Amino acid sequence: MIQDLLNSSPGWANFGIFFLLGTVLLLVVLGFVTYGILAERKVMGYMQLRHGPNQVGGKWGLLQTVADVLKLLLKEDVIPKMADRPLFILAPVIAFAPAFMVLATIPFTDKFQFADIGVGLLYYIAVSGITTIGVVTGGWASNNKYALLGGMRAAAQMISYEIPLVRSVLGIILLTGSLNLNDIVHAQRHGWFILWQPIAFIVFFIASIAELNRTPFDLPEAESEIVAGYHVEYSGFRWAFFMLAEYVYLFAMAALITTLFLGGWMSPLAALNFIPGAVWFALKFSVVIFVYIWIRVALPRMRADHLMEFGWKVLLPVALANIFLTALIKSIFHIF
Amino acid sequence: MELLNVYQNNYLIVFVFLCLGVLLPMVALYLGKLLRPYKPMDAKYTTYESGIEPFHDSRVQFNVRYYIFALMFVIFDVETVFLYPWAVAYNKLGIFALIEMLIFVLMLVIGLAYAWKKKVLKWT
Repeated sequence: MIQDLLNSSPGWANFGIFFLLGTVLLLVVLGFVTYGILAERKVMGYMQLRHGPNQVGGKWGLLQTVADVLKLLLKEDVIPKMADRPLFILAPVIAFAPAFMVLATIPFTDKFQFADIGVGLLYYIAVSGITTIGVVTGGWASNNKYALLGGMRAAAQMISYEIPLVRSVLGIILLTGSLNLNDIVHAQRHGWFILWQPIAFIVFFIASIAELNRTPFDLPEAESEIVAGYHVEYSGFRWAFFMLAEYVYLFAMAALITTLFLGGWMSPLAALNFIPGAVWFALKFSVVIFVYIWIRVALPRMRADHLMEFGWKVLLPVALANIFLTALIKSIFHIF
Repeated sequence: MELLNVYQNNYLIVFVFLCLGVLLPMVALYLGKLLRPYKPMDAKYTTYESGIEPFHDSRVQFNVRYYIFALMFVIFDVETVFLYPWAVAYNKLGIFALIEMLIFVLMLVIGLAYAWKKKVLKWT
């Protein structure tokens, strides 16, 4: 049925159907963010020998995040007098829209994918870069010193780590010869790329933490230095959209790592093929999310100068070396 | 014709996602507007500066390093853009293209080494 829809000529009817399906995905993602935040707080709680939220919504605090969101919705909206009003209003939208757009190309299972475009991976990387503009806009429009510092730091960090991130996936592209995420998953029949490309995986993972602005690379929001960074002046739901963008990116990045390195929806052993792809995808996805939370709890924040030097002096040369190593091995041993 | 339709439909989906990504903040903020209180007070609209009265504009002169890093980013990102099609077509190009790309990247690595030597990468 979907195939017929894709084959029909595009028009308003198609737009409407895609819009409805997209809304369903949006609701799923919002549900993930709600319980992802709760899971993060719970895991962090137990790792720090406390319980985490356990009051609202029963023993497990199941309604905690829902209550938080409702509270944010009822907060007064304050825009400082000195702020650049149009840009101040626009910034959360610029930050959030690309976070949701990148989900369009991720293949969740062999049948459940939205846009199967040829340049899927490039699309992800290109669109996710736009969020930096939203963050800088927010920092600049606030007309606040902390916000501007946070915004500039975010820009410097995100552009510095984007290069190793983008370069590390080149090894995978060399092996598959395609930018399409479906082709990349299919190429992992003979072994996940985490095994074929371990260096790329390590570089990609470190750079992705920096792109997500999570601890140990959360300098743009370092509470102890610059209060809250680029969103100091934001309150209520405008602030919520910066946070939402961050967690939607967490969702997208975990899904992308699953697709690129962990074999997507495919089962690790042929004997386990009877378990549906969606279950495998969800399992791998959850493991990646858990590792992100684990790292956040385990590591302290880096210093700004260490952060920049690490990106340019370590990750970039390693990612570059990995490309040529992969190309050489591919040419010599004729794999893939 | 069918291939063209599939192609166009896939990009229509991307466009739908763009619309949804812009619509959600608009709808949510509009809903919030109906629900939230509005009690303006002069003190609320001042800029936050750790409790001190904010003085002069916050858009002060900035460390030039941010600008240099931005320039470096442009150089290396453009290089990456050239690497992408090379990587996709590598199967057909073979070892000769590898050597060509090695020379191209080497020239930019010299640039990185120069920046390193000039202490541009040092953030102090």
